[in-house]
Amino acid sequence: GVLERSREQLLRQTCEAVLLGVLHPRTAISLVLQVLSDAGSLLSCCLNAACMALLDAGLPLAALFCGVTCALQPDGTILLDPTARQEQEARAILTFAIASRERKVLMATTKGSCSVEEMQQCLAAAQSAASTIFQFYRDSVHRRYSKC
Amino acid sequence: APQGRLLCGPGLRRSRAGLLVTKCGLLRHRPGGGGAYWVDSQQKRYVPVKGDHVIGIVTAKAGDVFRLDVGGSEPASLSYLAFEGATKRNRPNVQVGDLIYGQFVVANKDMEPEMVCIDSSGKSSGMGIIGQDGFLFKVSLGLIRKLLAPKCEIIQELSQLYPFEMVLGMNGRIWVKAKTVQQTLIIVNILEACEYMTAEQRKQALAKLSGN
Repeated sequence: GVLERSREQLLRQTCEAVLLGVLHPRTAISLVLQVLSDAGSLLSCCLNAACMALLDAGLPLAALFCGVTCALQPDGTILLDPTARQEQEARAILTFAIASRERKVLMATTKGSCSVEEMQQCLAAAQSAASTIFQFYRDSVHRRYSKC
Repeated sequence: APQGRLLCGPGLRRSRAGLLVTKCGLLRHRPGGGGAYWVDSQQKRYVPVKGDHVIGIVTAKAGDVFRLDVGGSEPASLSYLAFEGATKRNRPNVQVGDLIYGQFVVANKDMEPEMVCIDSSGKSSGMGIIGQDGFLFKVSLGLIRKLLAPKCEIIQELSQLYPFEMVLGMNGRIWVKAKTVQQTLIIVNILEACEYMTAEQRKQALAKLSGN
């Protein structure tokens, strides 16, 4: 449907921003994501899975990226990585794709409405949360390479 | 590399801002010559590199050129004159489906990769058509590099088990031939499992097999 298509486009644009496509001209790189279970924050889950898949495949990347979802509740508090229930009750849901270099924003998408200050606050929260995710990437890769 | 010049190997890329790391893995350093740094990464997909020895499968014969599948994004081409002792009258006997062990003379991102089965002096030095029978299978590139290291323990332990012939291609393909089909399959299973087994588990498995 249209929602899946828009998710595909967002993922594609994020991946194209970090992949070094110059090293593979005239080549198609296809990424297949299969949703096994959806407990909320699906887009950021897809972003994280896509980054780990690209890492695992050995494709040349200029930076790593991760996805963080922020839910703005009706009383103004920010919830990171909301569940499906919290997403439904929220006033606005913002998803950011954050790069590992200087925590730059690669992609931002919003559902619902929020003010500019609230968006900046969500972005700051997402950038600090991204460090935890990148540490998780590092630990997973470390575990994999410590076996050989 | 000449003295004073540092070599950037696979996984590292020079950019305006300095060095860019493009793959995840262990950073290795070789102090010889001017010094070299590279990233030792594990991947399954092969990208053709000039000078690599690979095993290719002949998929088509197009006039004077064979098309080989080497596991990359494009098929490689191999001229019929690129065999030892081949002339226009004396053509090599290559059929579709044959296995060929050769090296790349041209392998970059802009052109179709080209292979030859002779080295720079015209001798075959082990390259050419791989014989009948045997078993071809695919492993990860990291395991191939481990097996190609000098005095590899895995190969020494396996050779004490059964005598066998083996060809290792840098594109992740291994061809094995032992005396009987069963011995060949046992060796194949051990090599495939070597990726995930530690040294003790491997020694235990081999001890059990040689006890049988």
